[in-house]
Amino acid sequence: MADTGDLKHLPLEDLHRAAGARFGAFAGWSMPITYPAGVMKEHLHTREHAGLFDISHMKLFVVEGPGAADALSRACPLDAAGLEPSQSKYTFFLDEAAGILDDLIVTRTGPKRFVVVANAGNAEADERHLKAVAAGFDCTVEPLDRVFLALQGPDTEDVLRKAGLDLSALTFMHGAEPRENWFASRSGYTGEDGFEVALPPAEAHAFAGKLLADERVMWVGLAARDSLRLEAGLCLHGQDITDKTDPASAGLMWAVPKPVREAARFVGAGALAAIVARGAAEKRVGLKPEGRQPVRAGIDLVDGAGQPAGRVTSGGFGPSAGAPVAMGYVRADLAAQGTELFAEIRGNRIPLRVHALPFTPHRYRKG
Amino acid sequence: MARTYFTEDHEWLRVEGGEATVGITDYAQEQLGDLVFVELPEIGRAVAKGDAIVVVESVKAASDVYAPVDGEVTAVNDALSSDPALVNSSATGEGWLWKMKLSDESQLSGLMDEAAYKALIG
Repeated sequence: MADTGDLKHLPLEDLHRAAGARFGAFAGWSMPITYPAGVMKEHLHTREHAGLFDISHMKLFVVEGPGAADALSRACPLDAAGLEPSQSKYTFFLDEAAGILDDLIVTRTGPKRFVVVANAGNAEADERHLKAVAAGFDCTVEPLDRVFLALQGPDTEDVLRKAGLDLSALTFMHGAEPRENWFASRSGYTGEDGFEVALPPAEAHAFAGKLLADERVMWVGLAARDSLRLEAGLCLHGQDITDKTDPASAGLMWAVPKPVREAARFVGAGALAAIVARGAAEKRVGLKPEGRQPVRAGIDLVDGAGQPAGRVTSGGFGPSAGAPVAMGYVRADLAAQGTELFAEIRGNRIPLRVHALPFTPHRYRKG
Repeated sequence: MARTYFTEDHEWLRVEGGEATVGITDYAQEQLGDLVFVELPEIGRAVAKGDAIVVVESVKAASDVYAPVDGEVTAVNDALSSDPALVNSSATGEGWLWKMKLSDESQLSGLMDEAAYKALIG
């Protein structure tokens, strides 16, 4: 394994070491990639029972004050004032060209209080951006220092209740602050029912220990987190969405409601409206390779005539799909389901078909 | 009498009667994780030591396997096309990758025995 000397270390690293984790670098952190069970078992266990992920590399911010809703509605294509108490919303920071700086989840935890969850790789840029936007409004932006755990899978509600944290009142995409300095939401990155729980580092060993004492719970590393989210059709920022892609091309306009587009208060609104008006040149789609060979990120695609058709942005093997799965961007005229495309890998021409996302059905608890 | 050799690239060769059966070591399969695809060479292909002739793909990544000596591919393990995980469950047995006829047996003297390989992986 590469030298991990300059990387940030998780507060629960000792637990991961004790569990036999293999570590790797991700977004400036030394992260558990797999445990001895292996990516296949970790993945399948999450879909069947409960997978425990340490996602403390991700960043939480509290935005609070009389101007908090307006600041967030400027920073994101979001009607923050219209969020119901405890409602969470998937949204983005966009630049002036409607490029996606990061994707986020914003949860209203009080009349003037919101929790923002952002990606590790963008944490510092996000903080600068959010603070710069919020400077024009009457609110504060406070980065939180938390251990952040995701518990994903059909058994998670019961596991948490037995560990003393009853979150059964939350439905999918709702969150709350169940204890002082804790934050929990019913959300995740696997397509399964599940929760993400942020808590003070001083309380984290005891809480993780309670979860791990339940035989339905297994540590799951970043490798399976990636295969789970890919099967679920969820984007990884930096790969499937970047500052060079916009929500229209990415097929994420469902996250930008029409009244928000029309009000056009958010950074990037003008550029996004122009892209929508002329139609995106490329679309993000699911891609299903024929056969068993994975088609991975970075591979270019051609159409039946051999003309450039697009590129794969995420690809690998889907343990639940039992087959290789991928997603990427293709020319808008090739985005229809079933369209046959080709990838060239080591001299072999691998056929792929445009496939609906997700590859495995979402099993969210929508209440 | 078969003899087994190891390479620094974490392959094993079991040599008997001028032919070697080649695979990756248990240590290598553990490092790679669950394999989902193995691309095998064509039978009859002439290979030189160091040629990348097999690709093993795990859930996360693709890795090359190199010819440990010069020779010609005489057989490949077709069972891996439907069950690549055999490499994980039995790296030095049912998960063998290919067989090759050796063209220069003196190259074997540059390889490790099991004791030296075990010392290498620590």
